[in-house]
Amino acid sequence: MSETQVTDRIKQDLSESPVVLYMKGSPVFPQCGFSAAVIEILTRLGVKFKSHDVLQDPSLRQAIKEFSNWPTIPQLYIKGEFVGGCDIIREMFANGELQQYLTEKGVATTAAA
Amino acid sequence: MRVQNAIRAKLTAALAPAALDIVDESHLHAGHAGARPGGETHFRVHVVAAAFVGKPRVERQRLVYRALTDEIAGGVHALAMTTLTPEEEAALAAKRPPA
Repeated sequence: MSETQVTDRIKQDLSESPVVLYMKGSPVFPQCGFSAAVIEILTRLGVKFKSHDVLQDPSLRQAIKEFSNWPTIPQLYIKGEFVGGCDIIREMFANGELQQYLTEKGVATTAAA
Repeated sequence: MRVQNAIRAKLTAALAPAALDIVDESHLHAGHAGARPGGETHFRVHVVAAAFVGKPRVERQRLVYRALTDEIAGGVHALAMTTLTPEEEAALAAKRPPA
């Protein structure tokens, strides 16, 4: 796939799912501690999300970094917007901001905010 | 220490931080993807800088990443960071129990 095609696919993926995580490995078998940390937070919040394993696709791994102007994985997107990597998500979860942000964006969570 | 020294020099030049702590956490990731003999692959940085005032977290971290483009491209696999303004740091310090 050309770079434009990969970028188009990213845009489509983001438009189809409210919460999208680009990560290393799968939610069941994360291949990196930082990806695992974000999975744990999303799971604790009971948020439904779509994940993409960048290790399976080097062109995606490169394209997503350029798309967000962010050089590392994981990357979490909510309603098409890049929200952050592991540190930011952890910090937002710890102070309740992430729950609030999801609610504002109309994303269902099962955990009490 | 070579990479760590480069990180310190570049962040100092780019952000003129009021405080800067850099911890090499590579030993915690030994054997993990991205680790390599000799370490200096996984770092944690704590940056306090007036340059962060008025910027959301994503923008702050982008500033740090941008200053370290060469290091990220050249073998630094992970960079955990906290990015605070001097006011935020002071507010946090006030909440910490006295040492």
